[in-house]
Amino acid sequence: MTELTDFTLAEAREGLAARQFSARELAEAYVAAMEAARPLNAYITETPDIALDMAAASDQRLAQGETRPLDGIPIAVKDLFCTKGVLTTAASHILDGFHPPYESTVTEKLWQAGAVMLGKTNLDEFAMGSSTTTSYYRPAENPWRRPGDNRPLVPGGSSGGSAAVVAAHAALGATGTDTGGSIRQPASFCGIVGLKPTYGRCSRWGVVAYASSLDHPGPIARNVRDAAILLGAMAGHDPRDSTSAPIAVPDFKAAMTGDIRGLKIGIPREYRAEGMPSEIEALWQQGAAWLREAGAEPVEVSLPMTKYALATYYIIAPAEASSNLARYDGVKYGLRVAGDTLDDMYEMTRAEGFGTEVKRRVLIGTYVLSAGYYDAYYLKAQKVRALIAQDFAAAFEKVDCLLTPTAPSAAFAIGEKQDDPIAMYLNDVFTVPVNLAGLPAISVPAGLSADGLPLGLQIIGRAFDEEMVLRVGDVLETAAQFTHRPSFIAGGG
Amino acid sequence: MALDKAAVAHIAALARIRLKDEELEPLAAELSHILTWVEQLAEVDTADVAPMTSVAATTLPMREDEVTDGNRRDEILANAPQAARGFFAVPKVVE
Repeated sequence: MTELTDFTLAEAREGLAARQFSARELAEAYVAAMEAARPLNAYITETPDIALDMAAASDQRLAQGETRPLDGIPIAVKDLFCTKGVLTTAASHILDGFHPPYESTVTEKLWQAGAVMLGKTNLDEFAMGSSTTTSYYRPAENPWRRPGDNRPLVPGGSSGGSAAVVAAHAALGATGTDTGGSIRQPASFCGIVGLKPTYGRCSRWGVVAYASSLDHPGPIARNVRDAAILLGAMAGHDPRDSTSAPIAVPDFKAAMTGDIRGLKIGIPREYRAEGMPSEIEALWQQGAAWLREAGAEPVEVSLPMTKYALATYYIIAPAEASSNLARYDGVKYGLRVAGDTLDDMYEMTRAEGFGTEVKRRVLIGTYVLSAGYYDAYYLKAQKVRALIAQDFAAAFEKVDCLLTPTAPSAAFAIGEKQDDPIAMYLNDVFTVPVNLAGLPAISVPAGLSADGLPLGLQIIGRAFDEEMVLRVGDVLETAAQFTHRPSFIAGGG
Repeated sequence: MALDKAAVAHIAALARIRLKDEELEPLAAELSHILTWVEQLAEVDTADVAPMTSVAATTLPMREDEVTDGNRRDEILANAPQAARGFFAVPKVVE
């Protein structure tokens, strides 16, 4: 018999609807898988009691024929989303003991849709990182290992815990957030699907803020269809987020027609970065070939400002972070380190509460916003950001979507790339420009590296055209037939 | 831009992060390295470009000016490291 945790989200919905198994049985299987996955350190907080209570409510609705779209589906929540009464840490020491008195809009929508909360997943502190190694709660591990090599690998980041538990079958789906690649790069590293929606599609209300103009909540799932189903439940206008778009939510899974004939697929020549590993280049060409065989037409396009995207990001994101993180002062919630004066207390609390990378970004952000430097750094970056967005707009006059690699490498070992912050920042070279332009993009697992690790390809679409991204992503997924499994699967299987 | 120890100490004071003296030198080198790297933006001609603050619509939505939330003092104070008589408590600020 197939393990319950082997079903995809779409299959589990059918099984629950047909009463082949109960929501309680499914929740119990996932609670057991969550416990078995503890060596990955991917959950910060497990909430098995909440899961079983929510599953019982789902079973009742299923019995009465009042089924909701995600009834009984066990979901993991990145520990950046506020969950009412449940510890919310942002993987930072400074939020010690914080139990939000409110629920984030996105998670509220998931529970309203009947989903079942398994727990809160590990991440880079305040979502600042690409490896889930900057967490105060210690690094999370990737369920994949290189064959014949037992060294633990990073799951990517910052939504590394979410990606690890979905890949290891210790959750059926998960929420993530993506400020510079934090959904897509971990999805690529863990061999699963990550979708960053358009800016404004999913509410940021109740999500611990990192860089507000770049933060995008979105789903992490085992396949494209599951991501579409989750996005449908997470998306929608929210008056409590002033940047939330008052746009109707389409039936995303209906977009996956399997037919991409006649579509023009842009291949941005500037993404052929110097020193790109040949296996990434080869996979990218393979991706274009698959789409051509399915009837689409790959077309070379130019995004000339690409090379400036990372530098732009590493001005704007720290600037916004330095402002957003000013609220952590030892007064309202979390850690307080006693001091003789109020300023002493602020400074000592923040010195002890923030980790190295967070301090680095707050300091950079403070500097680029400070008197005398604002124009040279921050204003300049905002202008280059406008040019980067214009590049995409010009490309989308000629093509329907873009195809690129998701990340310039496969997963690396825990401890690698720690010495030079810029080496770590380069992980996001293909994902950061998309955040600056606020466009929807998906990472789909497309192949294995020479050392046996998953590699993803990215489809980028026009603003609010997630349907195109899903439609092409689905065809790419079908063509790639990525059936490899990680070395660790929590649910047996 | 190369930052020296004094500049880092000044930024840290602005950011309300206490740094130990021995942290200043390595941070000065690290932050200078990052700043030098981002300064590549100087080569982009942005003379006629308007700064982009957000990809979302720039006009904020309006709504009726009415109370939609509130009366949650105890819920909110429950997270305070120190609270007294219905207030957040902090070290004395006025002599």
